[in-house]
Amino acid sequence: MRNYIILAAAIATVTNVAFAAGSTTVNQADKKFSTTELTINKGDVIVFKNDDPFTHNVFSQSPGIAFELKVQKPGESSEIVFAREGTGEVKCAIHPQMKLKLTVK
Amino acid sequence: MMSIRSSWCRGLAVATIVIVSGVGVTSATSNTAVQNKTTWKTMDEYRKDYVRPTSIPFPTENPYSAEKVRLGEMLFFDPRLSGSNYISCASCHNPSMSWGDGLPRGIGHGMTILGRRTPTILNSAWTELLMWDGRKVSLEDQAMGPIAADVEMNQPVEKLVEKLSSIETYKVLFNIAFPGEGISLDTIAKAIATFERTIVSGIAPFDRWIAGDEHAISESAKRGFYLFNTKANCATCHSGWNLTDGSFQDIGMPDADVGRIKILDMPRMNHAFKTPTLRDVSRRGPYMHDGSVPSLTAVMEHYNRGGAVKRESLSEDVRPLNLTTAEITDVVEFMKTLTGDDQPIRLPILPMADQSSSAKPATVGQRK
Repeated sequence: MRNYIILAAAIATVTNVAFAAGSTTVNQADKKFSTTELTINKGDVIVFKNDDPFTHNVFSQSPGIAFELKVQKPGESSEIVFAREGTGEVKCAIHPQMKLKLTVK
Repeated sequence: MMSIRSSWCRGLAVATIVIVSGVGVTSATSNTAVQNKTTWKTMDEYRKDYVRPTSIPFPTENPYSAEKVRLGEMLFFDPRLSGSNYISCASCHNPSMSWGDGLPRGIGHGMTILGRRTPTILNSAWTELLMWDGRKVSLEDQAMGPIAADVEMNQPVEKLVEKLSSIETYKVLFNIAFPGEGISLDTIAKAIATFERTIVSGIAPFDRWIAGDEHAISESAKRGFYLFNTKANCATCHSGWNLTDGSFQDIGMPDADVGRIKILDMPRMNHAFKTPTLRDVSRRGPYMHDGSVPSLTAVMEHYNRGGAVKRESLSEDVRPLNLTTAEITDVVEFMKTLTGDDQPIRLPILPMADQSSSAKPATVGQRK
């Protein structure tokens, strides 16, 4: 039991450290990102939350910030740490009109 | 002691991996909200989502001008944009057939049967990405594709400018539409794109009903509209006045065409194709990217079954719907109200090379 408590504390500590680095939530609703432009610092986290009643598939192919989230069902959240500087476009593979200009500095 | 320390390290390692890999957190509804009747709106609330726009968007890089439209229309109907001098854009995008060709798959150079069905160009001004797999990012980008493709219009693009330049009137028209720029692949594409943006669906009985004419469509069609937005789940993708959100979805078609994954290599794009408009849909069969579904009723049956194939990329919104025969009839009746009052188009008079002297025939740039 004590091992599990320590394990949970360890995860909580690491989680808190990650969020302390800066965390922004970007919501997806009505087939739009909640913001069309965002600037964050290297090491910050973005939480992508799907507030739509259908699936989204957020990604970017821009150099430096390239990533691909697994498909998000309604209500799901995924977080991604941006460890490198870069600038480019974040999109949804399913809904091409969803665009977010992201700068990581 | 050793076991506690190692479990701490394991916990730290797991937590780090979890965060860095961006694994999904939280729980939520795993089904779409449309399945939940408590989320359904009223008929009048849905009607508000389908109001037609009051203007056509033109990009700042290629703004509207009447001269560009006039020139673009000529180019669109000019078969000399093909290597054979026989096929024009309008050969497949036929204004008399709602800007399609009524075939299951298009036919190109040498009567080659193409891989996919000819889409309509109706309302393409509002389309984000062009082609079934979304590989063209604008109408300007798309215009040269079929011209250059050897199975379509088969015109070597490096010879196209020379060919059009041999026709004096075209030189004049390009200088009017694009002062100082002359004839180039860029101005050809811009003219065609500007013309295409003016091709907008006529007013349909559905539009009159949305605008308040309660007698414009039948009661069956009204029920069909409500089903379209609720139990039949069509409006998840076929949303808004143009009956499409432009999204790329795998709807469980059984053919071998893998669609957008060849353009955007992500698992969800496997067998994914662009959601087309439903404007004039009852005039534009057969259906789907391969023209394999013969009727609107057959389309409804495909969706009612939850698609023909189950695979990982299949959209969650393609699932058994439990629609009754009467409900399917109602949705089809609704779709029939989407036919616009499009007027016949007047064909342009095309510039012809002066053949009054013994000049050689205008076969410049034709592929042998």
